[in-house]
Amino acid sequence: MAATEDHGPMHQFEIIRYKDINIGGYDISFTNSSLMMVIAVVAILLFTILSMRGRSIIPGRMQSLAELSYEFIAGMIRENIGTGGLKFFPFVFSLFMFVLFLNLIGLVPYSFTVTSHIAVTFILAMAVFLLVTIYGFMKHGLGFLKLFAPAGLPIYMYPIITPIEIVSYLSRPLSLSVRLFANMLAGHTMLKVFAGFVIALGFFGVVPLVVIVMFTGLELLVAVLQAYVFAILTCIYLNDAVNLH
Amino acid sequence: MPQLDFSTYLPQIFWLFVTFGVLYIAMAKIALPRIGEVIEERRDRIAADLDKAERLRGETDEAIAAYEKALGDARAKAHDIAQSTRDELNTKADKKRKQVEAKLATKMDEAEAKIATMTDNAMAEVGAISTATAASLVNALLGEDADEKKISKAVKAQLSA
Repeated sequence: MAATEDHGPMHQFEIIRYKDINIGGYDISFTNSSLMMVIAVVAILLFTILSMRGRSIIPGRMQSLAELSYEFIAGMIRENIGTGGLKFFPFVFSLFMFVLFLNLIGLVPYSFTVTSHIAVTFILAMAVFLLVTIYGFMKHGLGFLKLFAPAGLPIYMYPIITPIEIVSYLSRPLSLSVRLFANMLAGHTMLKVFAGFVIALGFFGVVPLVVIVMFTGLELLVAVLQAYVFAILTCIYLNDAVNLH
Repeated sequence: MPQLDFSTYLPQIFWLFVTFGVLYIAMAKIALPRIGEVIEERRDRIAADLDKAERLRGETDEAIAAYEKALGDARAKAHDIAQSTRDELNTKADKKRKQVEAKLATKMDEAEAKIATMTDNAMAEVGAISTATAASLVNALLGEDADEKKISKAVKAQLSA
């Protein structure tokens, strides 16, 4: 694999600058990553706005799908946060759609998987973390700190529980971002490795080819599942801020 | 590993902010209210249709009740009419029958009286004829005239026997 360094399994994650843009010394070049994000956003806008153009009482296929995703996220928020969480509905919906579309577009051959970069997933996770923390303190004031000291425990447990709660709270952005990034990275790398075997094995390359087909199906599932996990964890974290158990 | 190339972080993060910002605003301001509106509209429409169906069913029930009441009234009225007609006819028939009966009774009385007088007359004549016949028989058998008083006495005794 050393001979094909340029087309190794990691090559697909390379950031390619299409247009160098530099404003005030800051590099904000338009890259393949940017292009995929733009494509994803345009696709989501088409999906959610164009499909509702008819505003039919009896929906067509695309309208049904758009309404289904709306009801899906709305239901997720109602179940995990309650009606108090509906003000976060646009955020959770955008987050779910953004991650879902980026994951799915990343599965298209020769495209680029934006969510396989920790820089992107970490910023998204930080956005969730900051939203939860800021909203929690805004709503409950210092009472939000009670999150780290769950009620109803024997008093001697608090010195042990509170540090654990604080560490687990602070590690949320890391676990949230690494989960998505690692899943995408691992899946795509594996696909690429097996794709290399197809050529290397000659006739017997049929075997890894079949494996790739199956793994692609699995990756499709992972792409949807990770978007779902990202959204539902966001809901669960928001629940702490809204309801303070 | 391209993920650890820090020089790519800034462009990635910048474009993430731009695209996600656009997406969030478009979702919050345009797409989601629109979808929510359509779903709400459908829910309202279904609720309104159900209300309407409920109202129409109520109206149907009322109509059925009214129909049944009208039917019952008509039936009772028909029954009344039949009853009164029957009563009227009965009284009329009774009256007529009584008249006829009375008429027949008087006629019978008259006829009976007539029969009685005729019987009396006939009996009287039978007495006279018997007396005359007896006198003639006595005369023919004995050759002499019998005492009329005795004969008539004997005839009378025979007839009344």
